[in-house]
Amino acid sequence: MSEDDERQQSPPSDLEFVSNKARNCNATGSGSGHPEFQSAYPDQVLENVLENVLHFLTSKRDRNAASLVCKSWYRVEALTRSELFIGNCYAVSPARATARFTRVRALQLKGKPRFADFNLMPPDWGAHFNPWALAMAKAYPWLEKVHLKRMTVTDDDLATLAELLLGFKELVLVCCDGFGTSGLAIFVNKCRQLKVLDLIESEVSDDETDWISCFPEGESQLESLIFDCVECHINFEALERLVANSPSLKKLRLNRYVSIGQLYRLMIRAPQLTHLGTGSFSPSEIAGQGDQEPDYVNAFAACKSLVCLSGFREIIPDYLPAIYPVCANLTSLNFSYANITAEQLKPIISKCHKLQVFWVLDSICDEGLQAVAATCKELRELRVFPVDPREDGDGPVSEVGLQAISEGCRKLQSILYFCQRMTNAAVIAMSKNCPDLVVFRLCIMGRHRADPVTGEPMDDGFGAIVMNCKKLTRLAVSGLLTDKAFDYIGQHGKLVRTLSVAFAGDSDMGLKYVLEGCPQLQKLEIRDSPFGDAALRSGLHHYYNMRFLWMSSCRLTPNGCQEIARAMPRLVVEVIRSADEEEMDDAVEILYMYRSLEGPRTDLPKFVTIL
Amino acid sequence: MEVNYENGLNLKATELRLGLPGSDEPEGQTTPRPNKRTSSEISSSGLTDDGNDDHQASAPPAKAQVVGWPPIRSYRKNCIQAKKNEVEGGTGRYVKVSVDGAAYLRKIDLHVYGSYPELLEALEKMFKLTIGAYSEREGYNGSEYAPTYEDKDGDWMLVGDVPWEMFISSCKRLRIMKGSEARGLGCV
Repeated sequence: MSEDDERQQSPPSDLEFVSNKARNCNATGSGSGHPEFQSAYPDQVLENVLENVLHFLTSKRDRNAASLVCKSWYRVEALTRSELFIGNCYAVSPARATARFTRVRALQLKGKPRFADFNLMPPDWGAHFNPWALAMAKAYPWLEKVHLKRMTVTDDDLATLAELLLGFKELVLVCCDGFGTSGLAIFVNKCRQLKVLDLIESEVSDDETDWISCFPEGESQLESLIFDCVECHINFEALERLVANSPSLKKLRLNRYVSIGQLYRLMIRAPQLTHLGTGSFSPSEIAGQGDQEPDYVNAFAACKSLVCLSGFREIIPDYLPAIYPVCANLTSLNFSYANITAEQLKPIISKCHKLQVFWVLDSICDEGLQAVAATCKELRELRVFPVDPREDGDGPVSEVGLQAISEGCRKLQSILYFCQRMTNAAVIAMSKNCPDLVVFRLCIMGRHRADPVTGEPMDDGFGAIVMNCKKLTRLAVSGLLTDKAFDYIGQHGKLVRTLSVAFAGDSDMGLKYVLEGCPQLQKLEIRDSPFGDAALRSGLHHYYNMRFLWMSSCRLTPNGCQEIARAMPRLVVEVIRSADEEEMDDAVEILYMYRSLEGPRTDLPKFVTIL
Repeated sequence: MEVNYENGLNLKATELRLGLPGSDEPEGQTTPRPNKRTSSEISSSGLTDDGNDDHQASAPPAKAQVVGWPPIRSYRKNCIQAKKNEVEGGTGRYVKVSVDGAAYLRKIDLHVYGSYPELLEALEKMFKLTIGAYSEREGYNGSEYAPTYEDKDGDWMLVGDVPWEMFISSCKRLRIMKGSEARGLGCV
């Protein structure tokens, strides 16, 4: 299919692109490593001007719009796009992407849908980086940056990146899997210009390879090294040498196998750090009774640029006072792996006046949240995770904590809150007190749980959120919800792009309200809700505008899904069974559908059928 | 009601089951299942405590957990789970205890004891041996037996060197060594 046809399709393509501001200096396209642009067009001057201008275009939506103006603009925009963002790796093929965009320096790819994180999708579903790795290595030998989310990356892929991309600088893997320490070893060894290696919430298998010592000797350009999710021992002496050789290192997040004593040794070598993940934050060698412990307070005090602190993976709270010197400057604090009490939190949080991002465990209870509300007036993002992630576990935080936060943190933009009980009143209060909310994710862990005070469903609470929070783009609902809640969302959630629904609603009407009412909806993930084929049909007008729709354990039938597939040829409609089932029977267990320029993918596992 | 006469046996008639005579259960499910829930039914692994099995006999059976609910990534669940097994109260802190020369091992719950003297006394009673007194400088020198433990890092340490709280959270198993072998440990 030619590029012209591509452009004429009315639904926007799933390719979203961003320009790299730093590329301004190479506006004429004659930077090092670039192939010279051979022009056959009479208006060369005009095109050069256009090229210069388009370099300033940064937003991917602006770029998409620019590419639709005319052929000339399309061509120049494609040439000047240096950052390629693909929200669904199956929406477009590597071949098509590399054909259109020839000067890409940075690639961002997303693979599996989010519900795969919660074991709702059988393993080996797909989202393999491999075809992309090979295509990039051929088409963009100057590629500098790759950012992947929820993709399967193999050791070979890492080797490909390192061996074939000579100027490679930045690798960020978020929620990825499929590789191990041996892949990392090859990667860090061959990437001589590496500046960033960020492994975030990824599964890294322990092949017992000492990858840290595979970094090349001598001075390194490393600016960021994040490996807090890597669950294996590391060679500390090699790490210490690496940190000592990395004068530009700003971000360092250690895994839980690094003790506090080792942390100390690293910190004194890198006082320039801005982002620090502390590792275990407990001693490994148990210090003898008389041994001198290093001056941890001093080490923290020396880090005058520290703004982001995380880690505390196996915290011994006695050591917490060590961080007092940095609290006043912190803008981000992640205690979400630290099982600490309100009393242990208070002396810290009372010093964190500049805090904007705070992640914490509910072990701090409502009382701890009240302390946060009292001090953190600049708070933009709050995430409260459960120590006991069970439906009927203890509930140390509740509507009391949420109310307090809403009253104290008026600038709140994003909240993720796990709890066992919540009232409509508290949610309504938050909707009024925090008008800047963009992300509201409330997870009442007991399914179908009503307002414990009134006995009512949680409809009014969520209704107030969509009514009062005019900037809301992301919403996750929970608790006992009727179709009314969805009516509210459809009526007022006009900017909502991502919606997560679980165990909610009464009938098809619920889903209809949302599909008919929310024009900006891009990502809809639903599980265990009574929505069926009729509801699915009501979204036909909108599915090409969405990145994906996920529905699991709902009331869909193969016929209903087939209907959608027939009506919309550019939609890939996947029906996924849990791995041990053989045939499709009357019910569709998982429906995952997404727009795509490529049609059915060729790497289907046997438990997936494309209709 | 199906009657299997293939082998000349009427198995159904001689079947042992609970229920009033004459009552019968429908063979399998005949009602349509539009809301099939296999994937979200009781999970077999990963979500309930995978740590110490021993204490679950005394705890009430956990309510069946639904797959993927609440929506917490397994990495986070595993980290918190590991921590829960270390925090005292509620969950037990069972560790194996071996004694040099004894044929089989025992298991004790460290949470039951509040201090080293209590623990040592219990061990002495359990195995009918003398451990003696602990001193910082000499360890258990002079005693017939010396209690040691394996910590989180896999190292063998002398019981008593660290504060009790730290011991509880780092002790993986206990080994009571013969005094003669333990001599090396107590010395500075």
